[in-house]
Amino acid sequence: MVGIVIVSHSKKLAEGVVELSRLISGECPMVAAGGLEDGGFGTSYERIEAAIESVYSDDGVVVIMDMGSSCMTTEMVIENMEGKKVEMIDCPMVEGAAAAAAESESGSTLEEVKQAAIDAAGESKF
Amino acid sequence: MTDNKKVVEIIKVMAEIIHENAQFLTDLDAPIGDNDHGINMDRGFQKVLEDLPGVENSDIGAILKKTGMDLVSTVGGSSGPLYGTAFMKAGAAVAGKNEIDADDFIDIMDAAVGGVQLRGKAEKGEKTMLDAMIPAVEAIKKGVDAGKTPAEFLADGVEAAKEGVEYTKTIIATKGRASYVGERSIGHQDPGATSFTLLLESIAALYN
Ligand SMILES: Nc1ncnc2c1ncn2[C@@H]1O[C@H](COP(=O)(O)OP(=O)(O)OP(=O)(O)O)[C@@H](O)[C@H]1O
Ligand SMILES: [Mg+2]
Repeated sequence: MVGIVIVSHSKKLAEGVVELSRLISGECPMVAAGGLEDGGFGTSYERIEAAIESVYSDDGVVVIMDMGSSCMTTEMVIENMEGKKVEMIDCPMVEGAAAAAAESESGSTLEEVKQAAIDAAGESKF
Repeated sequence: MTDNKKVVEIIKVMAEIIHENAQFLTDLDAPIGDNDHGINMDRGFQKVLEDLPGVENSDIGAILKKTGMDLVSTVGGSSGPLYGTAFMKAGAAVAGKNEIDADDFIDIMDAAVGGVQLRGKAEKGEKTMLDAMIPAVEAIKKGVDAGKTPAEFLADGVEAAKEGVEYTKTIIATKGRASYVGERSIGHQDPGATSFTLLLESIAALYN
């Protein structure tokens, strides 16, 4: 299964998104990388790196970020993981994560998981 | 212009000046950001300071690269990957050198601007650190071309960076966290442009 990492400035937010997605897709390897080492707000290179490694397999990993430095720091982590199959997805965090988790759990490829998350942006809520 | 010993001295002064101005930079980040720029920069440069003894005898490229890596891993906000990439690219531009001249310094500054743009995808006029960096580098280039001394062209660079900071007060942020406050960002100077000016002043301080 494709691994999923949720990166946010907020530890609670990242963990909450994982929690919510797991209600539907409990089997998918999914982990949060939120906040700084000391629990404060921000993005941590080390936490993101460790999170990606913890759910990594040959199927690859997708990363969903909130904004600003979450994206820039994740980009740097991925640049330094040469040869590994890791990609960022430009999608809404909550909807994208839920869609990606469901897709991953059904055994889809990284490309399919990525597309499912991107498509989630086009779904209207009501 | 500089050998590796002096680069270490410069970085120490940067850490000191950032530390002294941490509250000021954080306060600038309050109205248009999330009130943390000084805290972020200070956390980053304290780590840089801690690791400096380990690279003191390395070449200038390696010292700058280590500085960049420390900033990336400890700053925790956008300024981390941005300044981090800037220092790492600057280091790559003078890899292996134990001594640099004014032309190398221009390469360093060009690489730093290129690094910030690569990472943050911003242009001049978006109310970011680039609004101080780009004019400063232009002024430094002019000074070097005119045959000025390091003290003189660095002073020109600082002057241009300060004007850049003033300019950020007049424009709307379209990149970074400040872009969320939109028009309300007018009247406030950009924290990152201000911290860049302090970093350049740290370099200039050692040439007076
Ligand atoms: N895309 C960008 N390009 C260039 N500079 C940027 C960009 N985004 C932000 N900045 C600079 O970073 C400064 C803010 O740095 P700070 O350390 O406060 O990060 P932050 O905005 O809080 O980060 P985060 O993205 O985590 O919210 C801004 O004042 C601006 O100069
Ligand atoms: Mg900030």
